[in-house]
Amino acid sequence: RAWKLSEQQKEFRDTARKFAREEIIPAAPHYDKTGEFPVPLIKRAWELGLMNSHIPEHCGGLGLGIFDACLITEELAYGCTGVQTAIEANSLGQMPVIIAGNNDQQKKYLGRMSEEPLMCAYCVTEPGAGSDVAGIKTRAEKKGNEYIINGQKMWITNGGAANWYFLLARTDPDPKAPANKAFTGFIIDADTPGVQPGRKEINMGQRCSDTRGITFEDVRVPKENVLIGEGAGFKVAMGAFDKTRPPVAAGATGLAQRALDEATKYALERKTFGKVLAHHQAVSFILAEMAMKVELARMAYQRAAWEVDEGRRNTYFASIAKAFAGDIANQVASDAVQVFGGNGFNSEYPVEKLMRDAKIYQIYEGTAQIQRIIIAREHLAKYTV
Amino acid sequence: MSARVLVGVKRVIDYAVKIRVKPDKTGVVTDGVKHSMNPFCEIAIEEAVRLKEKKLIKEVIAVSCGPQQSQETIRTALAMGADRGIHVDVSGKDYENLGPLQVSKILAALAKKEDVRLIILGKQAIDDDCNQTGQMTAALLDWPQGTFASQVDFQEDSLKVEREIDGGLETIKIKMPAVVTADLRLNEPRYATLPNIMKAKKKKIDTVKPSDLGVDLSSQLEVLSVEEPSQRQAGVKVETVEDLIKKLRDSGRI
Repeated sequence: RAWKLSEQQKEFRDTARKFAREEIIPAAPHYDKTGEFPVPLIKRAWELGLMNSHIPEHCGGLGLGIFDACLITEELAYGCTGVQTAIEANSLGQMPVIIAGNNDQQKKYLGRMSEEPLMCAYCVTEPGAGSDVAGIKTRAEKKGNEYIINGQKMWITNGGAANWYFLLARTDPDPKAPANKAFTGFIIDADTPGVQPGRKEINMGQRCSDTRGITFEDVRVPKENVLIGEGAGFKVAMGAFDKTRPPVAAGATGLAQRALDEATKYALERKTFGKVLAHHQAVSFILAEMAMKVELARMAYQRAAWEVDEGRRNTYFASIAKAFAGDIANQVASDAVQVFGGNGFNSEYPVEKLMRDAKIYQIYEGTAQIQRIIIAREHLAKYTV
Repeated sequence: MSARVLVGVKRVIDYAVKIRVKPDKTGVVTDGVKHSMNPFCEIAIEEAVRLKEKKLIKEVIAVSCGPQQSQETIRTALAMGADRGIHVDVSGKDYENLGPLQVSKILAALAKKEDVRLIILGKQAIDDDCNQTGQMTAALLDWPQGTFASQVDFQEDSLKVEREIDGGLETIKIKMPAVVTADLRLNEPRYATLPNIMKAKKKKIDTVKPSDLGVDLSSQLEVLSVEEPSQRQAGVKVETVEDLIKKLRDSGRI
């Protein structure tokens, strides 16, 4: 199993941890307040090799497995999940190209990520369709050697900062066409005429992450930028998730670990009724349950990551990890605020931010409900012939 | 410049760890405790790597004396840019007795064996705070030393070393071969980036025994006991200056 880390994994994790604790943590409150995109932190993460870990070696990347990526992600998330989401969104945008891109596409769009600190984005969700990916309305019409894209995307992470997008659009206008034939995946340069990012959205948490609506108006995309072929888009878009859900679970775990550490430190300092909080059983039980959840979330994402790195289909484990980690991150962050009491509710203390940041983990990368649909399906499939 | 630089890197308990004394008072708890490279050794490696990047020296050799785990510390040095490593295998009772005298004998032997022009060490280790190894190594080799260096300027056959001393800053010129010990403000050590961690795996670490170097590890020192500093006693509040003076008199302080 994967419980014992290799030397290299420990070194990777230590570099990520040092960066998170020494550089992300001091700057995070500022970026949370202003909502500014954390350019200096992203540039540093890129310099240290902490970004774009999945990019294959032939494109100048490290070609790391999902397990290694998860270790790094957890450490960065411990520092700030807003910063970490901006970094993780790169992996999500790149994943379709990594799993389905041809050599030229990979060299062109992944290669550039290793040469400069660029961002990219995964453009699937729309104002009217999030969980129901098959309900997206953005359309792509073939005209000669190009496709003309028209539509509206929403909640696109890195929407305003991206150099290119992975976009999913409907190429088969027939409403009866099945999902696995009706959609196509495209790579679109952000400076293509007609691509119009909307305003930066102000969200509850992970506020420095850049989230926007994007309008595509008569955007012309060469056919060379189609991934695999017309009609293959749904599978490509969904296939990315088996590899990106474990790191998202790792991010939620990093947040939960931070909440646990902050709450524990506080509970060992704050005195009430003659002793420190931690020596009151009610509080120590809260901390114990927080610890249980954090350890289990970690084991869950590690299993999901290990399975896919071993070459096996990990959908079941990836969904379990993401669902569980998202849920416990919210519980643990809320518990941390509780341990801090009145101080926890206040912006001078670090835990209220964790509660605001945690919520999105039950929503993006497949909602808590969608994960349950997937887990039930995978689970029941084992019992039926 | 074809010079080789030897840098000593010590594996110590990580600076952020809360130290606990063993109940039998023979030392501190090290089992399961996070260890890392001594911060002053990181500064030493950083200086050596910068000299190499400026093409002033040819090769950086990282050395660590200790058990198998010392190789992790050498790996970190390689990930920071050292070219190769030497692990001097010392374990058990020998490791417990390993102090500046023994290490300086080892470094002196290695310096001769590897034909080294410059030795850079941290000024002291954060576990024993000895601040002796650099000085002893220089003495054993009969080389000049520039200790507590906050700046080092390489000049053909000599070094200009700016040293932090009690009175301020002292600048000296010493001929090479020489020993330099790094102080806090010499530089800001780089991170081990992920690509460099991966490249470091291909770099060589040789293992040698102190006996291979003809070094005698016997120690003249015996640790009698290790104890925590005494707990701070609670203070007493007084209402007036007269009370304060009375209390100080009564307890014999004045």
